[in-house]
Amino acid sequence: MSPTPHESEGTAPRTLAQKVWDAHVVRTGGQQPDLLYIDLHLLHEVTSPQAFDGLRQAGRKVRRTDLTIATEDHNTPTDNLFTIADPTSRKQIETLRANCEEFGVRIHSLGDENQGVVHVVGPQLGLTQPGMTVVCGDSHTSTHGAFGSIAFGIGTSEVEHVLATQTLPQAKPKFMAVTVNGSLPEGVSAKDLILKVISITGTGGGKGHIVEYRGQAIEELSMEGRMTVCNMSIEWGAKAGMIAPDEKTAAYVKGRAHAPKGEDWDAAVEYWSTLKTDEGAVFDKEIVIDAASLSPFVTWGTNPGQGVELSGNVPAPEDFADPIARTTAAGALEYMGLQAGTPMREIGVDVVFLGSCTNGRIEDLRTAAEVIKGRKVAEGVNMMVVPGSAKVREQAIAEGLDKVFIEAGADWRFAGCSMCLGMNPDQLTPGQRAASTSNRNFEGRQGKGGRTHLVSPAVAAATAVTGHLASPADL
Amino acid sequence: MDKFTTHTGCVAPLRRSNVDTDQIIPAVYLKRVTKTGFEDGLFAEWREDEKFLLNQPEYANATILVTGTEFGTGSSREHAVWALKDYGFKAVIAPRFGDIFRGNSLKNGLLTVELPEAAVEELWLLAETHPESEITVDLVACEVRAGDRTWGFEFDEFLRWRMMEGLDDVALTLRDEDKIAGFESNRDAWRPRTLPVQV
Repeated sequence: MSPTPHESEGTAPRTLAQKVWDAHVVRTGGQQPDLLYIDLHLLHEVTSPQAFDGLRQAGRKVRRTDLTIATEDHNTPTDNLFTIADPTSRKQIETLRANCEEFGVRIHSLGDENQGVVHVVGPQLGLTQPGMTVVCGDSHTSTHGAFGSIAFGIGTSEVEHVLATQTLPQAKPKFMAVTVNGSLPEGVSAKDLILKVISITGTGGGKGHIVEYRGQAIEELSMEGRMTVCNMSIEWGAKAGMIAPDEKTAAYVKGRAHAPKGEDWDAAVEYWSTLKTDEGAVFDKEIVIDAASLSPFVTWGTNPGQGVELSGNVPAPEDFADPIARTTAAGALEYMGLQAGTPMREIGVDVVFLGSCTNGRIEDLRTAAEVIKGRKVAEGVNMMVVPGSAKVREQAIAEGLDKVFIEAGADWRFAGCSMCLGMNPDQLTPGQRAASTSNRNFEGRQGKGGRTHLVSPAVAAATAVTGHLASPADL
Repeated sequence: MDKFTTHTGCVAPLRRSNVDTDQIIPAVYLKRVTKTGFEDGLFAEWREDEKFLLNQPEYANATILVTGTEFGTGSSREHAVWALKDYGFKAVIAPRFGDIFRGNSLKNGLLTVELPEAAVEELWLLAETHPESEITVDLVACEVRAGDRTWGFEFDEFLRWRMMEGLDDVALTLRDEDKIAGFESNRDAWRPRTLPVQV
């Protein structure tokens, strides 16, 4: 009998990413890229219809329905559970349901506790585990790397390819380490950390690399904080982001619906314990950050790399040496309607959005609720709270968090992607300014003409109370 | 997929960098379940401005988009590629592309070529001063030619072959079906499956 894939490798020191890669190679060598086996394929309504169509046209089946799962998230309403007003949104969701029925794929639809943002649902079900390959037609699939998996977003042609073959041809990436030494100061979160990283690297700094986040500050993050960090890997262009699994990872997975049980659990944990970068393994690139130097971080511009400390000011285009960065900054300031030199804390907002695959998990809701408890959302500010999944929503209700938000005057919603990308009616109107716990401040992302500042859940909550960008320490 | 060998056409000079896929096609256009008909969504918000490049008559026939660095970053939406193709673009030239966008483009017969910033600047100037000038993007020779100027570009040999032959990835992979089946027979038993479980 041939050895299992992860035993067949040599003894040269390898990075975590290399180990997981090697364990999934179906075919290597020759001119073609490596063919990787995919352990988990997540589907949602937006990027799958054309892929299912391709299967139908070619007379193909879904090869592994038992490694495939779908939910509804991008288009779903958050003000009610069952009425999708926009006929094109409704059609897309109905198409997903019909495709899942036809091809035998499990789906979690509106009204089910496992409906919600696809990247919240995978970990919630215990389907996301260490040492896997996870793909989805969504760039924030990098979220699942927090478990020590290689997880990345793919296009619709690739969705079709995975449905048909359960594999993907992938060129070998390079490997990078982001090492965060020391502990994050009180009041500084995973979101602040990753926004800082992106501001250092720019939107293309991670291109072609699988990044391993490591160091004391990363080890000290909760699993949900780690998911926030890995989630935004794509915002600096990285192929994927990952974190070595440890006891926290195993504890998070244990007992979930799809977690291994009994002897399987022991075998899995034994394998997971090997998933760390070997002493002497070489990264193509490394970034080192001192956690103690970090403070709450927010964006001022129209890409996630345009960020600054909350205590800082809106920069001027002349502050940037690179001519392209200078031009981009000037365009961003114009779109955002901001004057260089304005203290970030003086920027007033109309909307606060708490949610998304970046910050829509239970810990994020708890953090924000703790800040806002006993306080009121400022006059003229609309705070929208959108749990990442129906189950997160239920849990929040069980903990009384819904009451905290409602009593503060916030709008308590149903689960979905919502205003993160505004495919459903949750959108900014032209000129409206938002503090958002989501991942992209692109022009028009949250609604045509809308202006987005990316922030952490704690900053979002404090901002809702004061009406301008603020941290809990300002209250 | 259409085969791509060489293409000659006019240039649309898009002097912008960090053009993410939300700008290429806003999310409201992603609700369709078809693979064609996305041309109206291309740069939809910018096209509302009558001064925008693609609203200028001299660029109406452009088939090659030349743009700044980090083109196609962000969302994985393949609709961005479909929109560029449906609008009539055959090739995009930029110093650097977002990875997912680049992969998507080459699976749809839209050639994406990386040229250095200086070359992009020259092509911008050429198209701004002489919009009627045609340039050639040649995948056979891995060259971009404009008048007496020629720039070579690097291109992965396998991707180049696939693009020139117009090959479908799924069919290519299924030639190794036995290897996939062999891999599957060795997978660890504890790996999770999505089948419903009793909790």
